[in-house]
Amino acid sequence: MLEVKGLKKTFDNNEVLKGVDLRLGKGDVLAVLGPSGSGKTTMLRCLNFLERADEGALTFLGAEHDMPSMKPKQIAEYRRHTAFVFQSFNLFLNKTAIQNVTEGLTVARRMPKAEARERAERALIEVGLEGKFDSRPNELSGGQQQRVAIARAIAADPDVIFFDEPTSALDPELIGGVLDVIRSLAEEGRTMIVVTHEISFARNAASRVMFMDGGRVLADESAHEFFEEQKLPRIQAFLNKIEREI
Amino acid sequence: MNERLINILLESFPKIFLQGILITIPLTLVSFALALVIAMICAMIQVANVKWLKPFVRFYIWIVRGTPLLVQLYLIYFGLPDLGIVLPALPCAVMVFALNEGAYCAETMRAAIESVPQGQLEAGYCVGMSYMQIMRRIVLPQAFRTAFPPLSNSLISMVKDTSLAANITVMEMFMQAQRIAGRTYEHLALYAETALIYLIFCTVFTKLQRMGEKKLNTLSGGSSIRA
Ligand SMILES: Nc1ncnc2c1ncn2[C@@H]1O[C@H](COP(=O)(O)OP(=O)(O)OP(=O)(O)O)[C@@H](O)[C@H]1O
Ligand SMILES: [Mg+2]
Repeated sequence: MLEVKGLKKTFDNNEVLKGVDLRLGKGDVLAVLGPSGSGKTTMLRCLNFLERADEGALTFLGAEHDMPSMKPKQIAEYRRHTAFVFQSFNLFLNKTAIQNVTEGLTVARRMPKAEARERAERALIEVGLEGKFDSRPNELSGGQQQRVAIARAIAADPDVIFFDEPTSALDPELIGGVLDVIRSLAEEGRTMIVVTHEISFARNAASRVMFMDGGRVLADESAHEFFEEQKLPRIQAFLNKIEREI
Repeated sequence: MNERLINILLESFPKIFLQGILITIPLTLVSFALALVIAMICAMIQVANVKWLKPFVRFYIWIVRGTPLLVQLYLIYFGLPDLGIVLPALPCAVMVFALNEGAYCAETMRAAIESVPQGQLEAGYCVGMSYMQIMRRIVLPQAFRTAFPPLSNSLISMVKDTSLAANITVMEMFMQAQRIAGRTYEHLALYAETALIYLIFCTVFTKLQRMGEKKLNTLSGGSSIRA
């Protein structure tokens, strides 16, 4: 469904991605783990062209593209098949919850208003916000805002959803609710890449786990292999450290 | 106060006020509307980083903000005829006020647009919108809320600045007052009266600004919304 080969990205002399390969099948839930600064966010942003990769080949829905030279039109089209959930939600601040969801449907995809509204309502109900359709972002808690962002992501029924640490900006008591929503999306069979520090989420909800360190992929294997049969000392140390912190 | 003075004030008030309604306010509103158009274009060119146009915009803003408004009026009205370009006083005033205010408002708008968090643009891209769609539907409405108070300020300043047009023979409020004062020698009374009329107009605009802000707050759900 989505395949990337040799993804490289350098920020002024700082090579952040040193050739990342990634392969995602339909229904895969890939959890991406790794220490801070290892390039997880950068990889995700390159995958949705919020940053322009220096090198890399993207195969999506059967067509192969050279990432550095992809045209704005192609990128726009690709983006209509993907969705992104940000660490800091980034809801449209001048729109209500439901408008946040319909915006991409009516404006970017030219869907009729009534159909968009219906889809948006369904998406908001799915993330547990039936009573909040007309609330503004500043009237919602962080957890509710992130659930609106997730509704916005799923409403267009994208082929793949990218999550960048969706719960890192949330108060501890709000994390569980948002993770439950993401877990239920995984169970529905949606294809997702989730960058996260929530080890237990990766363990329970991900079908595969990728571990990044210093701009490289150290491991990309099934969740079972990753957690139960981990052979790399570097990753064992990482997991031990996180478990000690919890 | 003697009867003569009272009569002069009573007679001059409607004359000056009428000149305000007929010239000062339309001059202000038309110039300001044009200024907003200029400002919008200049701000967008800068924010969207249109490479070949940006230097021109910077140059225009630099010139306008670095020279006095009165000198600009003289330059256009008394100076351009030397090049064979003769413009009637009123259009000339509109042009100068629009160009002058446009430069200031461009900076106000640019700052307001830049104050909208980058994440708003990125979120727009990620739901598949184009740059122009995001600007129009997401960024500019938020920027407008931020820019509204300083823009209102500029508008109120402009009401008063139009009195400078008297210098290039535009028969606005202040010119009318000068004429009556010249004829009656009641300078103190007439200029005080004129000041009062400006105050009335500005008070009305201030009230409108308050109402506008309230309206925008209910529309955008709070004034200090930030991610
Ligand atoms: N826009 C940018 N300009 C310059 N350097 C950047 C930029 N974005 C990221 N970097 C650098 O790239 C490196 C990787 O950052 P990135 O945000 O991808 O890491 P991460 O794995 O997501 O970390 P974290 O777990 O803390 O979120 C860091 O050294 C960072 O300083
Ligand atoms: Mg990150």
